[in-house]
Parts: sequence; C-alpha cells; structure tokens
Amino acid sequence: MSAATAAVALVSAATLAAVPDPALVVVGGAGGAVARHLLGTAVGRGEFPLGTLTVNVLGSFLLGLLVFWPVGGDALLLAGTGACGAFTTFSSFSVSTVRLWERGDRTRAALFVAGNTLLTGGAVGLAAVVVTLVGGA
Amino acid sequence: MSRDPRALAVTVALVAVGGAVGASARHLLGTALPGLWGTLAANVSGSLLLGFLLYEALRADRLGDRTRTLLATGVLSSYTTYSTFVVETVRAEPLVGVSYLLGSYALGFAAALLGRDLAARVDPRDDREVSA
Repeated sequence: MSAATAAVALVSAATLAAVPDPALVVVGGAGGAVARHLLGTAVGRGEFPLGTLTVNVLGSFLLGLLVFWPVGGDALLLAGTGACGAFTTFSSFSVSTVRLWERGDRTRAALFVAGNTLLTGGAVGLAAVVVTLVGGA
Repeated sequence: MSRDPRALAVTVALVAVGGAVGASARHLLGTALPGLWGTLAANVSGSLLLGFLLYEALRADRLGDRTRTLLATGVLSSYTTYSTFVVETVRAEPLVGVSYLLGSYALGFAAALLGRDLAARVDPRDDREVSA
C-alpha cells in the first residue's frame, strides 16, 4: 500500500469512526433505497418483476465484495447493512411471487424464485472469485 | 411515475426517508436478535406488511400514492433485505443454509398471503378486481 492510499484509508476510517453507528445506517439506507427505486423504475415494470430481480442480484454481488474483501466495522454498517441492505428487498420478492402465482402466472412465479435464488447465489460466488483474483485487503 | 422534476424530487425524498427508517429498524432488530434470526424476522414481518399494503392498494387504495411510496418503496423494501439473506445463506453450514433458505421462502410467502387476507378482511369489497 502506497503512502497516499494509506493516508486516504486512515482519513476515511477516522471520518467514519466519528459518525455514530445509527447515522451510518440511516445514510446508507436512504441512499440504497433511492438507488433501488431509480434503477427499478429504469428497468421497467412489465409482467415480470425484472426491477426487483436486478437490484437483488446487483446488491448481493456488492455485499459479497464487502464481506469477502473483508470490509468491517463502520464501512460495513454504511455500505453493507445500510446501502446494500436497503438496495435489495425480500418483501417485494415474496409479495411479487405470491401475486404472480395467484394470478395464474405460475411459470413466471417459478422463474422469478429460481432466478433470484440462483443469480444472487452466483453473484455472491462471483464476488468471492473477484476478491480472490484482486487480492482483497 | 411522473416525469415532472418536482414530483420526482418528492418521490425521491419519500423513498430516502422511508429507506433510512426501514434500514434502521432492521439494524435494531438485528442487534436484538442473534445470528440469522434478525434477518429472518425482518424479512417475514416485512413481507406480511407489504402484502397487506399491496393488496389494500388493489382494493380500496385508501392510502394514496405518496403514503404508499413512503411505506412500501421506502420503509418496507429497505426493512427487508435479500443481499444479507443470500450472503448469510452462502456462509452458513450447508444444512443450516438450506434450512434458512427454504424456511425464509416458506415463511415469507405465507406472510405475504396472510397480508393479502388481512387486506381482504379490512375491505371485503372488490374481490373481482383482486382476482383479475
């Protein structure tokens, strides 16, 4: 690690440490929710809940990077618990599945559940591979 | 969703405030309940409440767009989390991970259905609209 990156890491760690834990989750949660809403509406709202699938896969990949790097403490509260936690959503996943199923869209419901499960799992696996290749902290 | 910049600003503000509240509630629940239980409790209770809100919106829609944006898109979607759930599943012992995955799905779907039934009980009208 160069002196410059060490200094940046030290300053950012000190800055985050000065912020109380609840505020980190508040800021991360607000940012994650807004990003989910903007990306979700950009992806579109057709018959298939593609927005929810997209944020869940992307957010799981990002949380995987944070956890395997590993990032801990205040940075994990801000970016992991706050941002990635709020960016992804389980309630929209379960309610969308139930809605598709009871409307008779059973194939779409099954594809949605399988897609969320396999693609988010794959995204976390990919994050582990990326961290291994890059070297981690 | 309107393309009017002011309407977009209001929506973003509501989602941001809701997201802050929802993520904080999940964090508090996570510190109160150890291990996987905190995430499970948030995901199941959030599915129940979102199921209620969505089906209420399909029926009477007493809440209106802004309240629903705040509570559904903001609070409840941020209160529940898929990323933490998946990372916890992958990192758990295999048997625990599979149980956690299937248990979260079963309880989450059951909770969403319960929310739907509660919405029907609050407002028994317009069943045709909901089943359409």
